[in-house]
Amino acid sequence: MDTAALLIIEVLNGIASLALACAGLAIIFGMMRVINFAHGEFMMLGAYTTVVCTKTLGINIWISMLIISPIVVGIIGIIVERTFIRFFYGRMIDTLIATWGLSLLLIGIVTAIFGNIIEGVSAPMGSFEVGIYNVAQYRMVLIGIVILLFIGIFLVLTRTKLGLIARGTMQNPAQASVLGISTQRVYMVTFALGAALTGLAGGLLAPISQVIPTAGAAYVAQTFITVITGGTGAVTGTLVASGVFGTVRQLLSYEFTPVLGGVGLLIVAVVLLRLLPQGITGKIFRRSL
Amino acid sequence: MTVLGVNLRNWETWGTILVGIAMVVLLFAGPHIFDLFLLFKVTLFVAMAILALSMGFIWGYGGILCFGQSAFYGLGAYTYAIAVGNIGESTAPFLLAIVVPGAFAALLGYFVFYGRLSDVYLAVVTLAVTLILYNFMRSTAGEEYVIGAQRLMGFNGISSIQPINWPGDGSAWLLPDEIFHLAMFCLIACYFGLKLLNRSHFGRVAVAIRENELRAELLGYDVRLHKLQTFTIGGAMAGLAGCLGVNFNSFVNPDVFALNFAAEIIMWTLIGGLGTLVGPMIGCIGLLMLKFEIGQQQITNTYLIFGGIIMLFVLLVPAGLLPTARQLGERYLPMLRADGAGDGRGREAAQ
Amino acid sequence: MTDAATETTSGTATGQTAGAVPILETHGLTMRFGGVVAVDDVDFSMAEGELRCLIGPNGAGKSTFFKCLTHQYKASAGRVRFRGTDITGSHTYQIARRGIGIKTQVPSVFDGLSVHENIWVAARRHHGRREANRIVDEILERLRLEGHARRVVGQLAHGERQRVELGTVLTGEPELILLDEPTAGMTHEEVNQTTDLIREINRTTSLIVVEHDMQFIKAIAERVTVFHQGAILIEDTMANLEKNQQVRDIYLGKQHAA
Repeated sequence: MDTAALLIIEVLNGIASLALACAGLAIIFGMMRVINFAHGEFMMLGAYTTVVCTKTLGINIWISMLIISPIVVGIIGIIVERTFIRFFYGRMIDTLIATWGLSLLLIGIVTAIFGNIIEGVSAPMGSFEVGIYNVAQYRMVLIGIVILLFIGIFLVLTRTKLGLIARGTMQNPAQASVLGISTQRVYMVTFALGAALTGLAGGLLAPISQVIPTAGAAYVAQTFITVITGGTGAVTGTLVASGVFGTVRQLLSYEFTPVLGGVGLLIVAVVLLRLLPQGITGKIFRRSL
Repeated sequence: MTVLGVNLRNWETWGTILVGIAMVVLLFAGPHIFDLFLLFKVTLFVAMAILALSMGFIWGYGGILCFGQSAFYGLGAYTYAIAVGNIGESTAPFLLAIVVPGAFAALLGYFVFYGRLSDVYLAVVTLAVTLILYNFMRSTAGEEYVIGAQRLMGFNGISSIQPINWPGDGSAWLLPDEIFHLAMFCLIACYFGLKLLNRSHFGRVAVAIRENELRAELLGYDVRLHKLQTFTIGGAMAGLAGCLGVNFNSFVNPDVFALNFAAEIIMWTLIGGLGTLVGPMIGCIGLLMLKFEIGQQQITNTYLIFGGIIMLFVLLVPAGLLPTARQLGERYLPMLRADGAGDGRGREAAQ
Repeated sequence: MTDAATETTSGTATGQTAGAVPILETHGLTMRFGGVVAVDDVDFSMAEGELRCLIGPNGAGKSTFFKCLTHQYKASAGRVRFRGTDITGSHTYQIARRGIGIKTQVPSVFDGLSVHENIWVAARRHHGRREANRIVDEILERLRLEGHARRVVGQLAHGERQRVELGTVLTGEPELILLDEPTAGMTHEEVNQTTDLIREINRTTSLIVVEHDMQFIKAIAERVTVFHQGAILIEDTMANLEKNQQVRDIYLGKQHAA
């Protein structure tokens, strides 16, 4: 019984961290079709922001994770978008190489400032007991935060003017600009929003992952595969794909080894895409967001 | 701008001859101008150039964006290491290192092309397969992971791999300069082999399919089969590169399946110029040299400089080195225009 | 490649001996997209050597019908027979090899290749290198494209691209050619030339032509099939159709009014 409860928590936690890591990419790649190879590095920046704010500046960890990390990475997103990314819109493959360069540069900058290692932060709050097991309360809170986050993203994209304009612009930039929308600004804001979400993810995952300059590499492949498998409905698709992948990965990791969990995720992705070439939302949840 | 474009035929012909001469000169002069350390390095570059060629072929000509070309390289490397560890004589391992990745590419290609899956799918699947191999290989450190007499060694990698020997005599190992010769010979063979292939019916259909799959089908070409063949050739060639790559330092580890290496191959091709054969080789050797150079400067930060250079490059030379050089050449050296549209001054200057 | 050649030859032989077999037949051909029935239970038949026009308002299912015939779409139901052979499940390339050529509505050409290369790739599938070169020159001349031979197709005007596409199709010497709006985007003069060209092609080849240009239809048509809402509404000569009130209402009337 305890084991089952623990397993459920583990699975939910796996889904939550994957969905969290993918959220920003669902916007930047899923909606904007910008292949951001520096996605992992944006997360890494979020994690560093949280670590520095908490450890060096002594700011409350919740404020660091939930507010400062997204703002800092969002601002970095705006700077990068204005000075660099915007030259590559519509050139998907060039974006790949451009953001690859960016990812290396960001790793380089962070290494230059903080060196190869930095003292990490530990998870706030204690743990509670599930039978004989100890479970960190933070992991439970994280699940809640991710649920709220996705509800928030969904509401912003469907219910607000900003969201509608952004979605319209991504679908038909020419038409949007005819209607008097500054597509440049929409792209900038959307990119910044995606970057901020990614920074938030980095911040929230900082206490439960290793914070090193090259930490981003671990996320790039998994997040891209998840968002692509999700299909055209970027947000819904990412959520569903995270659900499937997170479950598979966590169960396999529990039963066998984490390596097999990672392999299982990739195999499921291959099979899923074979069955649903347009991604999950291309077939099943059509007309979803 | 086109690959088969007649406008470029002069360029093509002269370029090919020039590249051929350069490669043959390097083949013979290499061991005399490089010291031993450098010779090892150049051998690795040559192996990587073959890998770059394979990518340039399947992507630039076949229109197949494979995100896991490194998987075939790695398979070639591991196949050689495992086979030579078991057999002890390198002829069969050498051939297996070409056949196994080729067969794997054929299998993967069958799955993708005959399933009528989208281009994005191919990129994702090849990347996923590469990472599966990465994860798997890293976890094979235990003694239970043995193929024949050869342990897989997990993340430590297989070291002291027996080098290639003269066919038939397992103890007559090739010396470093002989391995260099072999690698260089393979590169020349691959380059001219692909040149011929691209000029052949097969190669032209590959380009036609890249341009418009539907029209190719409507003309009666079996697009699936054709793409499968292109992909298989690329996989086999990458396997050959992997086999030569392990011979550079008798070592292979799972990093050959890592994401960074997979991405780098794509970067070589883009930086050198998509749709050419020389471009990817130039991009490959250029980036590798840059990496080595920066790596040797102990004080500076490799990531910072490397990343910065790539960002500047993609802003300034978005079309890639070779196509940009062509454009500049055609603008400023009118006599090189194949259609003879160059102005009088250009002609005089040429005479 | 040799297989395909023999296949085509033997196909011709059967066709000649069994002259009564229609060159193309469909039985209950149906194509559904979700809830929409784009092609609805179509029984279509045409004889060897015929030049058939398909007309009907936009969205009547003509292009979808073509795509089902060439297996670009997998039909939801029904059979397609070519010279009596069932080709329903055949792949697009196999259908092409059997001798059905198609010019699509939006010109489908190899944009990055030159005019010469476009037609060469088509010709080389059927012939050896030298013969292919000869045929390319012949086709270029026939379609008055010699002047453009070295130009990249992507840079040509719409009408010229149409001709390039037609050139690639003709190169295979198909026994049946499907032409989807062959005069779209052409100048008046080009339309006249195309009219002549189609008559000339029809001397050796069966043709199905989808068109909206009524003048053009009148100039070439023998029998006309009218599509309406995915189904065949009526099939008759052009002269009779013009008198038919139902046809005038749904199609010709609108055209005339416009």
